Amino acid sequence: MNEILAGLLNAIGILIALVILAALLTWVERRLLGLWQDRYGPNRAGPFGGLQAIADMIKILTKEDWIPPLADKGVFVLAPMIVMIAMLTAFAVVPIAPGVGVTSLNVGLLFFLAMTSLAVYSVALAGWSSNNKYSLMGGLRSAAQMISYEVFMGLSLMGVVMLAGSFDLREIVAAQAHLWYFIPQFLGLIIFTIAGVAESHRLPFDLPEAESELVAGYHTEYSGMKFGMFFVGEYIAIVLISAMIVTLFFGGWLGPWLPPLIWFLLKTFIIIAFFILLRAALPRPRYDQFMSFGWKVMLPLALLNLVITGGVLLAFNPPM
Amino acid sequence: MESEIVSTFKGTHLLSQLKTLWTVFLHTFHRRETVQYPEQKPYLPPRYRGRIILSRDPDGNERCVACYLCAVACPVDCIALQKTEDETGRWYPEFFRINFSRCIFCGMCEEACPTYAIQLTPDYEMSEYDRQNLVYEKEDLLISGTGKYHDYSFYRIAGMAVGGKDKGEAENEAPPVDIRGLMP
Repeated sequence: MNEILAGLLNAIGILIALVILAALLTWVERRLLGLWQDRYGPNRAGPFGGLQAIADMIKILTKEDWIPPLADKGVFVLAPMIVMIAMLTAFAVVPIAPGVGVTSLNVGLLFFLAMTSLAVYSVALAGWSSNNKYSLMGGLRSAAQMISYEVFMGLSLMGVVMLAGSFDLREIVAAQAHLWYFIPQFLGLIIFTIAGVAESHRLPFDLPEAESELVAGYHTEYSGMKFGMFFVGEYIAIVLISAMIVTLFFGGWLGPWLPPLIWFLLKTFIIIAFFILLRAALPRPRYDQFMSFGWKVMLPLALLNLVITGGVLLAFNPPM
Repeated sequence: MESEIVSTFKGTHLLSQLKTLWTVFLHTFHRRETVQYPEQKPYLPPRYRGRIILSRDPDGNERCVACYLCAVACPVDCIALQKTEDETGRWYPEFFRINFSRCIFCGMCEEACPTYAIQLTPDYEMSEYDRQNLVYEKEDLLISGTGKYHDYSFYRIAGMAVGGKDKGEAENEAPPVDIRGLMP
């Protein structure tokens, strides 16, 4: 009975905390972008502009929720829900602290990869059901980008799995007690970060949704709460990828005298700030440039990482 | 001939992008350029073309002589006035109306005015909710001081005979010559 209560509390608590965090992240991103662009972000609504997130939420909830006349209604409404559901479900396996976390699957990493793959559906369906040629092209480009970058996202994590000997995320965190994996798997970290940025379509990989490209790509026709769900879904994807980077490469909740939960949140926040720095600093490549980057540079590097890790492990721990 | 992998890798300009990331990160320590209006106001130079005023000369009389030059010079026709004379013969405007919803603050009226009466000041905080409140009458425009030009008084220099001053009594003016006094 106690376990059921603890599990329920964990699940509901993490869910609510995530959605609130994603909403607050809109404000944090605007302030950080302002910091790096020599200006203030929103600083009028509430202390340091903190109530700006609530103001934005009120604004987006009171907008007209409109469906284009000839669009496929069911699919149009379903598409933003898919990305939210997939990203929130993927959080079920993330180990936040010893005792805090929804579940501990022994194939946790595969579950995470599967859930991020589902997010491609939402983009492709949104582009198709909008009945708009620009949305369709944006959706197609975005789906192609996400699928290509998923290939080496999974491959780059196999080095970590080989070092830890398990797909279970809690065991991977425990195996980093002596050495965080970003040192032996530095190449894997780079590859996974780039793939993660592409999966959540953030700059510099945000061609599908940039305002000046294809009139905002696959979410051109979305307004009101549906657009809000795409938006919040993107921020949840950022939090998810940052949490995975921290879990897999930076030791999860491990660290000296602070409590584990604080370490996890601190490390995740630093990675999120790095994502926002990427958005502030880097220009956007052309679509063919980043497709060729993914297939011709990242995939060979991921395979190289796999071969080297496997080779070194075999040399030092030959199987009996 | 380098392979496509190498050429694509070179095309990412990785080092340049890392340098960009570092440079933008250093902006954390720069001062922010924002002027937090309305708590802080931006610097306005003295010749800033803002709100229009009608000034007085150093003796306290209004400078405007209702010559209509500003109304003619105005590119959007936002000035309306009507000349009248006082009992000493001095011209002044009976009403003087500027429609600030039309005014483009170009300064043509200030350049056209021969008496330095109409002037543009560094003030722009004139927002109203009702368009009729943007039509300023003479009592809204006339100020008690001399504006930007402190010493000029038109009627002290002009040759007309107006109240308190006869012909020949202006500054730098010689008294009129009696032409019949030269006759043999």
